[in-house]
Amino acid sequence: MLKIDDIHVYRGRTYVLQGVSLEVGRREIVALIGANGAGKTTLLRTISGLLRPKKGKILFQPDSQSQEIDISGASPEQIVQLGISHCPEGRGIFSRLSVLENLMIGAYLRKNRNEILDDYNSICRVFPILKEREDQAAGSLSGGEQEMLAIGRALMSRPELLILDEPSLGLGPIVVESLFQVLSEINSRGVTILLVEQNAIMALDLAHRAYVLETGRVVLYGTSGELAGNEDVQKAYLGGIV
Amino acid sequence: MSGGYIAQQIVNGLVLGSMYALVAIGFSMIYGIIRLINFAHGDIVMIGAFVTLGLFQTLGIPFPVVALAVLTAGGIIGIMIERGTFRPIRGAPQVTGFIASLGISIMLQNLGVMFLTAQPRNFSFPDYLQRVIKIGAVTFRTIDAVIMISAFCLMALLMFLVHRTKLGMAMRATAENIDMARLMGININRTILSAFAMGSALAGIAGLMWGGKFGQIDPLLGFVPGLKSFVAAVIGGVGSIPGAILGGYILGLSEVLFVGLLPPVYSAFRDAFVFVTLILILLILPNGIFGKRIEDRP
Repeated sequence: MLKIDDIHVYRGRTYVLQGVSLEVGRREIVALIGANGAGKTTLLRTISGLLRPKKGKILFQPDSQSQEIDISGASPEQIVQLGISHCPEGRGIFSRLSVLENLMIGAYLRKNRNEILDDYNSICRVFPILKEREDQAAGSLSGGEQEMLAIGRALMSRPELLILDEPSLGLGPIVVESLFQVLSEINSRGVTILLVEQNAIMALDLAHRAYVLETGRVVLYGTSGELAGNEDVQKAYLGGIV
Repeated sequence: MSGGYIAQQIVNGLVLGSMYALVAIGFSMIYGIIRLINFAHGDIVMIGAFVTLGLFQTLGIPFPVVALAVLTAGGIIGIMIERGTFRPIRGAPQVTGFIASLGISIMLQNLGVMFLTAQPRNFSFPDYLQRVIKIGAVTFRTIDAVIMISAFCLMALLMFLVHRTKLGMAMRATAENIDMARLMGININRTILSAFAMGSALAGIAGLMWGGKFGQIDPLLGFVPGLKSFVAAVIGGVGSIPGAILGGYILGLSEVLFVGLLPPVYSAFRDAFVFVTLILILLILPNGIFGKRIEDRP
């Protein structure tokens, strides 16, 4: 559903992505691993339209019947409308808005109130704490709750493709465990997931396939099993022990 | 000093404060959303005053219609300033925006002098707005009551728009995190433009009030309300709308009470007092009363 074809991206004068190609299939979970500064976040920001590639194509097919669209020049608003939802690094919740407003703003482009309400209720079933705190300022939530809110908000746009940037950042192991459980559930309901994750063990555990990014290039890719068994990956990202 | 005298001063302070508050709201809304001060904001007050003069006194259009037209005119000027100045330089360093808006301010003042001459003009409302009302020891004109009540209603309307509508929610989201707002599908050009339009509409109507209150207008009149309302916005915590409102009333009241309660020799120092108030408040509350630490936006 998403095909990235040799994109080159600069941030200011820094040549960050030096020709990256990757593919995400419908209903897959694809993980992107790599050291800090490898360009993972840049890649995600380029997909969602916050950055523009100098060269290369990003093809997106919203559903299996529709045509592939090159979204490399589209605005973030257009890209959300097409069905890609980006949950950024650091969560990016609106801390001065209430929990409920944060969720509703996730559905900003949608019109059908009943459907929005349905989705709101189903997100509250997954994350009951959000329902309990719906009138509180989002900034008053704990880190784990904020991550749930960020994911819930991203789902409120009813995306085909959910992009997650470091969802486990700063969270305790138990919270991460349950969060990944939820991600797997979300995926089983038909949402495709592209995930950047520092915790490579958990990422490879959850994902079907993975790409390894190093200094702006894909150096390795394969199924999660293959990568977890790869000696270089074990040494560099899995702490040498699996 | 009688209680009646103090009550009278408080009413005068509320009238002045209402106007400061209306102008300060615009400074705060615009700063909140693009982290820039629009130094041309005070000149929208001047334009509002001249639009009133033209429509009301020269053309004799009924007052409520004029008020709506002035709101609209202020909003349009705000939109033009955003489209013509702030949008093309969005993403440039902050200082670029400051200088650009200062340039717009000087340009508007000089265009005013060019087409309207620097000669002050009398600005007089008809008798029914000038009628003196006496309640106990307090006397005021109808226009003073109109200023206070309409300022209050406009602020209530604005709070409703910002806190209870989808556009308002989008504006608050944009003010907090512009990239995140875009990822939600919010058209940030539209939310920024709305902040300019709403803030500038209020500055325009403040021009109508300013003329009605002081009875004389000239093309350079925007400087004083602009500067003082900026101070009011800073006192309240720039970026916060309730802060701007509170700052406006604090400034209006303290300015009037300073002049009214101290011996007359000090009254020439009223502007100095405004800035002493600012400095004192900022020494205690560096971010203003309702201010939060706001990061610079690159």
